[in-house]
Amino acid sequence: MAEKVIYAMYDDDDVLKDGAKKLVAKGVKISEVFSPFPIHGIDPIIGIKNTRLGILAFIYGITGTMLATYGMRFFMVEDWPMNIGGKPNFTYLDNMLAFIPITFEFTVLCAAHGMAITYLLRNKTLPGMPAQNPDPRTTDDKFVMEIRLSENSSFSAEQLEGMIRETGMIELDQKEIK
Amino acid sequence: MTTNMEFKITNRAKTVTLALIVVGLLFTAIGIFTGMSDHHFATRLLANGLINSFFFFALGLGALFFLALQYATETGWYASVKRVIEAVAGFLPYGMMLMLLTLLTITFMHGAHIYSWMDPAMYTKGSHHYDAIIAGKRPFLNEIFFWVRTLVYMAIYYIFWMGFRKRSLLEDSIGGTELHFKNYKKAATFLVCFAVFSSTSSWDWLMSIDVHWFSTLFGWYTFAGMWCSTMVVLVLTTLYLKKLGYLPNVNDSHIHDLGKWTFATSFLWSYLWFSQFMLIWYANIGEEVAYYIMRIENFKILYFSMFLINFAFPMLILMSRDAKRNAGILTLVGLIILTGHWLDVYIMVSAGTLGAQAQFGFLELGMVLAVLGFFVRMILVNLTKAPLTPANHPFLDESVHHEI
Repeated sequence: MAEKVIYAMYDDDDVLKDGAKKLVAKGVKISEVFSPFPIHGIDPIIGIKNTRLGILAFIYGITGTMLATYGMRFFMVEDWPMNIGGKPNFTYLDNMLAFIPITFEFTVLCAAHGMAITYLLRNKTLPGMPAQNPDPRTTDDKFVMEIRLSENSSFSAEQLEGMIRETGMIELDQKEIK
Repeated sequence: MTTNMEFKITNRAKTVTLALIVVGLLFTAIGIFTGMSDHHFATRLLANGLINSFFFFALGLGALFFLALQYATETGWYASVKRVIEAVAGFLPYGMMLMLLTLLTITFMHGAHIYSWMDPAMYTKGSHHYDAIIAGKRPFLNEIFFWVRTLVYMAIYYIFWMGFRKRSLLEDSIGGTELHFKNYKKAATFLVCFAVFSSTSSWDWLMSIDVHWFSTLFGWYTFAGMWCSTMVVLVLTTLYLKKLGYLPNVNDSHIHDLGKWTFATSFLWSYLWFSQFMLIWYANIGEEVAYYIMRIENFKILYFSMFLINFAFPMLILMSRDAKRNAGILTLVGLIILTGHWLDVYIMVSAGTLGAQAQFGFLELGMVLAVLGFFVRMILVNLTKAPLTPANHPFLDESVHHEI
């Protein structure tokens, strides 16, 4: 079903932020803001929840730690015990100190790659994916606020436009999206 | 825009710090009377003097370094807590006095078995205790050059500190950016001096205790421990002031940033501790592992639990964003790792001086309590001497609106 969406464009992030504050105070639900850079303090205004990427980072990291530990135990102790510089190699614990740098590196590797891939997937911005932003200028120097009519059923389109016009925007656009 | 609330030391804080000093001195006196007859007494007393004067001196120096770092990087967020950093850095002159007193006494006692290279028996040819390695290090490790270096470090730290403080107070009245750019240049110069001196001074004051041994990582390792302890002190002081209702501009984000520094610097310290340990363990060369063997033989549990406390505690507890914004968690973790870093310095000095004779009694407890009381009292006194908000700091507005 097609949905009516209002796009309000701003040329200053502070104007957008103040405008968003006023609109939210009147009960308008802003579904998204597109910006060339992160706008500090916009998240709580438009009600974006804290990211859970940090939790995932921890899980990816722990996975890396466990894989590295298991791998080195298998390669260096169990499968083909290796004697390097006469260091004890009968158990993993005997030689654990030597394994710590690799464990550390592998933890960081898994956490970093896992986070980057998750981020790209979650934002649908994997290389080659179609752009999601409504206007290419939001990758340059413009800021766009997205308001969906279906989420603001208590206001009519005219009322919403009227309120948005008071916030110092520079361009207003209505689109139907699927 | 901001209110300049003048800080007043509460009666409770006055009583507590005074009690710490009195109890500390009392314990020290008991320790002196009960331990005086012991053969190792002078070494024990001076080793503890060195531990405590270095640890608390380093907290002041760490704050000065952190202040210079903020100037040199033109940081904005810290402006609201700048006076807290300055209050801790303001302990530097007193810390220097403690250090100089200890080092002077040790020098007059020909090393007092702490700096064995000061003992003429060690480097005089034909003497019973003659040690060719120590004699070979004479060109660097001799009393005169040692004191020249020590005085140069102290003088340069002191001059930079006085300059930063003077300009900081001047900025309150005249404002403008001229002082800001001057601070920027001075801070960069200070950091260059500090980069060299933090290493060389740790060789002189701490590494030369284990005179046969050396490690190129030692300077960084000492510096990282000092930085981490400083961040803890800054967090704790800020939280204390917040609790009393001061620092209205400091919000959760500032606390979060200080918490992040604590978290990051404890990793830095652990990383350097481990790097030094693992390389020496792996190479297993006699003259290098001697350092760790002394520690493992006499301080095994303390040494490794100290590492775990300083590494695992902040890592596991301070990892989440919410924990770094929680005053209770920060205070708990901060106090634990501060104790951990004191233990680090304690083992650094004790293992090479007293070794198996090291003990923890009235003397040790008394001296740390007395210096702690003095340290906290001086920070509080320093806080009363200037408005808690630097009125004309060019980045103050940024700091007030700091949000992460």
